[in-house]
Amino acid sequence: MNLKLKIWRQKNAAQKGKFETYSLQEVSPEMSFLQMLDYLNDQLIAKGDEPVHFDHDCREGICGSCGLYINGRPHGPLRNTTTCELHMREFKEGSTIVIEPWRSKSFPVIKDLVVDRTAFDKIIQAGGFVNTNTGVAQDANTTPINKIVSDRAFDAAVCVGCGACVAACKNSSAMLFVAAKVSQMAMLPQGKVEAADRVEKMVHEMDEQGFGFCSNTYGCEFDCPKGISVEFIAQMNREFFSARVCKQNHS
Amino acid sequence: MASLSHKYIMAAAGVFLMLFLVSHLATNLLLLAGDGGKSFDNAVEFLLTNPAVKIMEYVLFAGFIIHIIIGLIIEVHNRKSRPVSYHVSVKSDTSAFSKFMIHSGVIIFIFLLVHLYHFFFVKLGLVEPYGGAQSAHDFYPMVVETFKNPVYSIGYIISFLFLGFHLKHAFQSAFQSFGLNHDKYMPAIKFVGTVYALIIALGFSIIPLYFMLIY
Ligand code: FES
Repeated sequence: MNLKLKIWRQKNAAQKGKFETYSLQEVSPEMSFLQMLDYLNDQLIAKGDEPVHFDHDCREGICGSCGLYINGRPHGPLRNTTTCELHMREFKEGSTIVIEPWRSKSFPVIKDLVVDRTAFDKIIQAGGFVNTNTGVAQDANTTPINKIVSDRAFDAAVCVGCGACVAACKNSSAMLFVAAKVSQMAMLPQGKVEAADRVEKMVHEMDEQGFGFCSNTYGCEFDCPKGISVEFIAQMNREFFSARVCKQNHS
Repeated sequence: MASLSHKYIMAAAGVFLMLFLVSHLATNLLLLAGDGGKSFDNAVEFLLTNPAVKIMEYVLFAGFIIHIIIGLIIEVHNRKSRPVSYHVSVKSDTSAFSKFMIHSGVIIFIFLLVHLYHFFFVKLGLVEPYGGAQSAHDFYPMVVETFKNPVYSIGYIISFLFLGFHLKHAFQSAFQSFGLNHDKYMPAIKFVGTVYALIIALGFSIIPLYFMLIY
């Protein structure tokens, strides 16, 4: 198939960027979206041009590094799919594809389509972990956990931290990401111990990083490649509320 | 103040305002009683003399002011959170109403100012009673006078249409903000929210229609 690509090009964080248009011939519908970009880059390199920079690692939907904003949708037109798992058969012959980086004050563009997602790391560093010693692998089986609870915790834990929720949100809010992390640990016995502290610290860091305020528009849920539900945002709202209202101060 | 605290306050003030709308609608529907305003006057008399209502009036103003100020703070903050906007605007499927809360809010606010001018300012003595009203507390003739003006009435109906849009999102949003979202109950909450928004928008709108077309 033949395509027209309109891609955001930006030399570095300091310089202004602009859209560049490329026509690409003989793209196989079986190519993944990132393979299509590789194919374009091969041609750019052969011509001596600067290739288009984009983030990627696993290319199988588990690392969360491949976020691209494609035709007005984070990760493109297919729901529950990361950019690396998206295939060119989802696009029409002869169509124009507009590719932009995530746009958020908290995710500054580093180069072309690559953004700096340190803000998410900072939120995790603030409390997205468990301090108790959970033992070795077989110890996990000695901690009884209700199957429904563990499944639900897993539904939150599938978050790959790609940032599509921020990219999709009209307010550029990180609530779905933070909610997934907070909920996942708050539901399990190992994480419960520090739940109140954790939610306060993580929400505080989320605010420090300058993300927008959630207004319950649920665009995040729609475009989350892992299908994470906004019910987890509700859960975080509960966790934070009870942490603030009921937390006992230890002197 | 934490981002989530903004949500709680916004939702709490919103819930209070939603309850107020129900009581206001109940009073207004008395205008349709067809008794020359007798039942309406009785209700007004009660509202003007009851000390509890007097206190609630202050709470109501506080509710409006808090809802508006927090709403503006959220809006300004959110606009700053995406300094460079997208070339292709976000196509993520979200309810249209949720994206335009600030816009519907501004329209409702403008309506509120006109409304205050026509009734509350008369009560305060800042505006002369009109429409042949005997006193600043004789609201029925003033209501008739304003609703007979088609420009006012159509503006009124449009405002309530936007209020309906606002409430459609607001009702379920308040539940979500307080963490009350459960897949078992959310569909019912959303349904009740839609019904509530319809009742408020249509309930208030039939009154000017009655005075313009039938009275
Ligand atoms: S490259 Fe790892 S999720 Fe796409």
